Amino acid sequence: MKRSRRLEIGAATLVALTVACFAGPLIIPAPPAPDPARAALLAPGTTVTVVESRDGRTLVSPRVDARDSTVVIGGHLRDVEIPRSQIVSVHRHRYWLGTDRFGRDVLSSLLIGGRISLSVAASAALISLLIGVGCGLAAATGGRWIDAVLMRTVDGLLAFPVLFLLILVATLFRPGPMALVAVLGLTSWMGLSRLVRGQVLSLRSRPFILAARAAGSTPIRIWRLHYLPNLAGPVSQDTALRLGDLVLAEATLSFLGLGIPPDLPTWGGMVAQGHRVMIQGWWLATVPGLAIATLVISLALIGDGIQQRLAIRAR
Amino acid sequence: MARLILRRLVWLVPMVWLVATLTFIVVVAAPGSYADTVDHPGLGADQREALRARYGLDQPILRQYLSWLGAVATGDLGTSFVFKEPVAALLMRALPPTLLLGGAALFLDLLLGIAVAVAAARRPHGWFDRISTVVALGIAGLPSFWVAGLVVLVFALLLGWFPASHMTSVGAADLSPPGRVADLLHHLALPALCLGLVGAAGTARYLRSTLLEVRGERFVLAARARGVSDRRVLVRHTLRPALLPLVTLFGLSLPFLVSGSVVIETVFAWPGVGLALLQAAHARDVPVIMGITVVGAVAVLLGSLIADVLYAVVDPRVRHEVR
Repeated sequence: MKRSRRLEIGAATLVALTVACFAGPLIIPAPPAPDPARAALLAPGTTVTVVESRDGRTLVSPRVDARDSTVVIGGHLRDVEIPRSQIVSVHRHRYWLGTDRFGRDVLSSLLIGGRISLSVAASAALISLLIGVGCGLAAATGGRWIDAVLMRTVDGLLAFPVLFLLILVATLFRPGPMALVAVLGLTSWMGLSRLVRGQVLSLRSRPFILAARAAGSTPIRIWRLHYLPNLAGPVSQDTALRLGDLVLAEATLSFLGLGIPPDLPTWGGMVAQGHRVMIQGWWLATVPGLAIATLVISLALIGDGIQQRLAIRAR
Repeated sequence: MARLILRRLVWLVPMVWLVATLTFIVVVAAPGSYADTVDHPGLGADQREALRARYGLDQPILRQYLSWLGAVATGDLGTSFVFKEPVAALLMRALPPTLLLGGAALFLDLLLGIAVAVAAARRPHGWFDRISTVVALGIAGLPSFWVAGLVVLVFALLLGWFPASHMTSVGAADLSPPGRVADLLHHLALPALCLGLVGAAGTARYLRSTLLEVRGERFVLAARARGVSDRRVLVRHTLRPALLPLVTLFGLSLPFLVSGSVVIETVFAWPGVGLALLQAAHARDVPVIMGITVVGAVAVLLGSLIADVLYAVVDPRVRHEVR
């Protein structure tokens, strides 16, 4: 079978996105203060002139006209004329991804929002990973009663319509970022615990584990050398896909206005804002939507790639 | 088999009770209540107190819970705080649009998904397979609300081919019956497409890999060796066993059919269960929240039961195991 590069492509995209979100705002030139009267809803790639006046105002406009003794700064409703003597500094700035209806730089919001989306999804996935693996291991190794109780609990929790629960909790409690992480993590670990339990049970009866036990390996050694390496693949595949689900769940809640408080930019929230001015600013919903899609697809590629590796190794 | 179904049906009751109780705890543990969400400038503290008393919100939580549970046990889901009408009537009004939308989406999902998967599996790693794999991966990764927004922008706002929201046009009641059906389908097209497309991407990916798996089976090789035609090998020997797991999809999509897609219903202002839940949650309309949760939980549990039973019906190997 042809070796596919899914894992590499997915991982490279994920790393690039993460680095861009966390290091990007430090590298790109800082955008000027938002100027809703002159610089709202500018298309991607628009270059503006930033004029700082002596009274501390920052005027940002794509249309600036220098006259003899004054400068005319074009606005959405009316132009402003400022005497040259009043101007402290002038520089140019390019909005690579345009501005929103409050004149804010979309690129900066996107990167900051990406930090939040990535951190929320990653922390929730970590919680789900800890509970899921712990519960699965306990069920597989803790004896019949613990297994029965844990697995019936998992069945019961799976009977919950999860999005219902998320929406209810989010609407009723208006959680902050930390609470949102907890809710997302606590509602997403059930599948993983089933997976871990099943894997351990099927590994237990495999010849190489029996051989290791017969050879007198200590349980710790068997776990370290045999169980954990064999669990790592399926668990990491599941976690990659789960991360994608969590990114989408967070984005969906933010889109419905129920996730992260709206004063912080998130990708889902930006799409929701963009929907309101779809005709005037197509890029406002498109850009963060593509960002979410890129992130989720890169995670799906990683999951697929891991699965392919496992399938090849299993032959 | 019958005993198994009966036992699972009996189990349904405590499970639904558990879900309902947990939901009740979540709802009453939240700060504030319906009385605080009513927005009216003339509403003073004593009027809010009167509101609380009127809807029983001043009672101890345990009593509220027990009286709700008692009513549900006799088949009474209560009365909506906001709409002042029985929750059952409200659900009866919200369920048909949701079922219609979900059914249409499921139809599109299977139609597109099976067609694409069969075409892709004909020549694995051929051009169609490559393109469809990438497209399916892309669609599955797109947030549904974003797809919905894009579809509205292009097909409703820019091209104007379809209405952007709601289930009927203004004045649709005056149309002739065929005209009303056409109007409904016209409104149904975009939301059903959005829901169905995302589902189809998943179905196609899943079915493609199952098809390739089945193609490698020895009974397919044996059929080829006997000189069975390609078409017959595909339909009878490959597609049939590959579609088996898909049968469970019907059962597993039942909760989705009943609870509706909150997102799609919100974007398209589709008057279904999902939108009703969102509105009820915002207004702290406890009886409606609880009613929808109970119906949703019953749907999830019944759905997984139906999935298991259907699977046993179509796959004799499972049937023998179940016994």
